Amino acid sequence: MTMSKTNTTTREINFHVTRYNPETDRTPYVKTYRIPVREGMTVLDGLHYIKDNVDPTLAWRYSCRMGVCGSCGMLLNGRPTLACNTQVLHIADTDLTVGPLPNFEIIRDLVPDLMTMFEKHSSIQPHILRTDEAGLNSPDGEFYQSPAELEAYLQFAYCIKCGCCMAACPTLATDARYLGPMPLAAAERYDKDTRDDGRRARNEFTGTSHGAFRCHYAGECSRACPKGVDPAKAIQYLKRQLVLDYLHLARRKKPCQKMHGPGQGKPLPNIPAAPAKTV
Amino acid sequence: MRETKYWTWHMSAGVVILFLLGLHMLIMHVGGITHLFAPHTGEAISKENSLFRDSRMFFTVTYVLLLGVALYHGLYGLRTILFELTLKPAVEKAITFILLVAGLGLFGLGTWAAIATHAIAIAGGRG
Amino acid sequence: MAEIKRYDNRLGVWGWLGGGRWGIERYAYILHRLTGLAILLYFLMHVVVTSLRATGQYLWVEGGFFHQPIFKFGEFLVFAAFAYHALNGIRLVLVELGFAVGKPIEPIYPYKTSLNVQRPLLIIMMILAAILLAAGGSEFLGLGK
Repeated sequence: MTMSKTNTTTREINFHVTRYNPETDRTPYVKTYRIPVREGMTVLDGLHYIKDNVDPTLAWRYSCRMGVCGSCGMLLNGRPTLACNTQVLHIADTDLTVGPLPNFEIIRDLVPDLMTMFEKHSSIQPHILRTDEAGLNSPDGEFYQSPAELEAYLQFAYCIKCGCCMAACPTLATDARYLGPMPLAAAERYDKDTRDDGRRARNEFTGTSHGAFRCHYAGECSRACPKGVDPAKAIQYLKRQLVLDYLHLARRKKPCQKMHGPGQGKPLPNIPAAPAKTV
Repeated sequence: MRETKYWTWHMSAGVVILFLLGLHMLIMHVGGITHLFAPHTGEAISKENSLFRDSRMFFTVTYVLLLGVALYHGLYGLRTILFELTLKPAVEKAITFILLVAGLGLFGLGTWAAIATHAIAIAGGRG
Repeated sequence: MAEIKRYDNRLGVWGWLGGGRWGIERYAYILHRLTGLAILLYFLMHVVVTSLRATGQYLWVEGGFFHQPIFKFGEFLVFAAFAYHALNGIRLVLVELGFAVGKPIEPIYPYKTSLNVQRPLLIIMMILAAILLAAGGSEFLGLGK
């Protein structure tokens, strides 16, 4: 095998996997699988090994295998994270617990129902809102946005909607209606976008009794986020903006405008003129 | 946006309490400062010293102010915790109503007591 | 389509205490909650008891019902709760109004989050709370006299 070039020593690890079949089980139970683990093997690889060699009935959700799609969020050793992004031997010596993300309903085994999260996400209108809708949809120019303006929201735009923050959040452990870290971070991402003009519309959702103020900065979402999005930071910004808007202290800003054709952007200083044409 | 209003005042009340309750703790419990507002011998919380403070308008006003902001801050905090339990909207309404009534009741009681003892203390001081 | 049976995996009140792996801010959050409730309970009783002075009943002075060592100790606990709640509250005001969480950054592994930015503040506040607690403890034990 080609793998023989790398470290081939294997270790037996007990995978304590939560199982639940809605047709036969009343409550989830834990089933233990002892499987050989190679260095570099991810938890997702381990689950594949179980499905291929031990128990084909095991169900979980995954797609890209490389921390991009956000499908394989799981509770690994009590911590919500991506199964594809986590190497078994980095977090386990002999035993590893694999459970579905808490604070969601379990559809089967390790598959949580993320619909509640997506519904909350769409409720805050996570897209550019402008009054000049026609200008938004006609490709007759591009919106001017400086690198600094981009950086004001870029971090929150890296979210892959895996639901790990929702599973880690203590408020969501009891409050089913709380929007949660992911939708609130998405709201902040669009509020801070200079092309957007929908902050006041979103405030109607983020400023309600199950909005941003149910966050008490336990910080678990930012600890759990596998992409470093830092939802807790986004929510604190959101609260500040809500308070400023309530006290009418926020500066009124117009959304950025389109540039029509070349020469309308701000040229950087000290750029020499193009050399004369030689042909 | 109503929650934004409540929460903004919850925070502001917290800052006010920080100063007023800090002052309250200093006056009641710290030995070095106690004598400032407690001319009589014994503890700062003795009946004589208590009456002395009640005779001062500053204390009467501060008591009522602290009572109001502390009740708001505390009861809103309790409401926050209760509202995180996914209750039915009717139960939430009932909780808001009960806390409002309890808060106003205690505010009324405390305000009456502060004013009544202010009157008693002034009368006692004259007599 | 038949309704699919689901298992509600919501953690409940226990999830306030420990959902995932615990972080220090999680402890701070739950302690803030507990001390807040404790102070509120004391405060509501305090308002009633002190209001009785208008009727001439000073229950907390020498010979009064509340002038017992057990209530003295209880008062110390309330003071401790207040010290923590106040100092952690200062941090929370700064954090929740977005002043102590830093600016948005490019996430580069290993990720540094706003938790790292505000942690020095948390540590300073906890040291101040410990100092206040020690000072308050000596006062309640009668060492300050």
